[in-house]
Amino acid sequence: MLSKKEKDLIKEIWERLTPVAAEIGADALLRMFASYPGTKTYFSHLDISPNSSHLLSHGKKIVLAIAEGAQDISQLTVTLAPLQTLHAYQLRVDPTNFKLLSHSMLVSLACYLGDEFTPVAHAAMDKYLSAFAAVLAEKYR
Amino acid sequence: MVEWSETERSIITNIFSNLDYNDIGPKALVRCLIVYPWTQRYFASFGNLYNAEAISNNPQVAAHGIRVLHGLDRALKNMDNIKATYAELSVLHSEKLHVDPDNFKLLSDCLTIVVAGKMGSAFTPEIQATFQKFLAVVVSALGRQYH
Repeated sequence: MLSKKEKDLIKEIWERLTPVAAEIGADALLRMFASYPGTKTYFSHLDISPNSSHLLSHGKKIVLAIAEGAQDISQLTVTLAPLQTLHAYQLRVDPTNFKLLSHSMLVSLACYLGDEFTPVAHAAMDKYLSAFAAVLAEKYR
Repeated sequence: MVEWSETERSIITNIFSNLDYNDIGPKALVRCLIVYPWTQRYFASFGNLYNAEAISNNPQVAAHGIRVLHGLDRALKNMDNIKATYAELSVLHSEKLHVDPDNFKLLSDCLTIVVAGKMGSAFTPEIQATFQKFLAVVVSALGRQYH
């Protein structure tokens, strides 16, 4: 459950991060690949070495989708409908991996935002990313 | 048995030798109690935990955070036998404190994020992976004696 305050906080943080979407996204992906090597199996068709153009563009795509969802969290199911279909029928990423990326994203945010990533912001962000992941997996079965 | 490379050992040693336990310990526990409020169930005797501010300023939480972080010193000094090192603490958490072992992972995730916030970009993906490996071994050892 996200309060209005939390929704505003999440929206504000992602708005600020949109200009560095590629950097944050690539960082989160690299952290996930380093800590959870099994996640690399979904990227055998891409060059996921640090600073590769594939990594940056893919990271950007992910962060922009998360930022878009944050614009109006109450409409998450509508906003994510195309991505739901993509993940369910084409990508078929095992949903356990969403948790791994979410955790990696939180670490990226902590590194980037430092003290600004307060416990309250962390709690709100963790809840938002969990909700995002849940909606993303809704069409799986 | 868990294998540690020389690189991994030095990464872990470096992180802990640069850690201010009195700062990081409280921050990690405070964060855990705020981000995962159900963990407050184990701290009913700690007084005011009503909101984030109260938790952040609670001296008992701070003291306990420091104690818990020092608990990791045991693993640091016995990296080749973490399982045996924590046998007694595992029994304590199971038989006396009745802590659900899933909570160990929650606290360890919060500690990772606090260290990340402190180290910034110096907390590279490789360093994070090593730190998380270390914490995972501790978490596993703490849950080992539950039955």
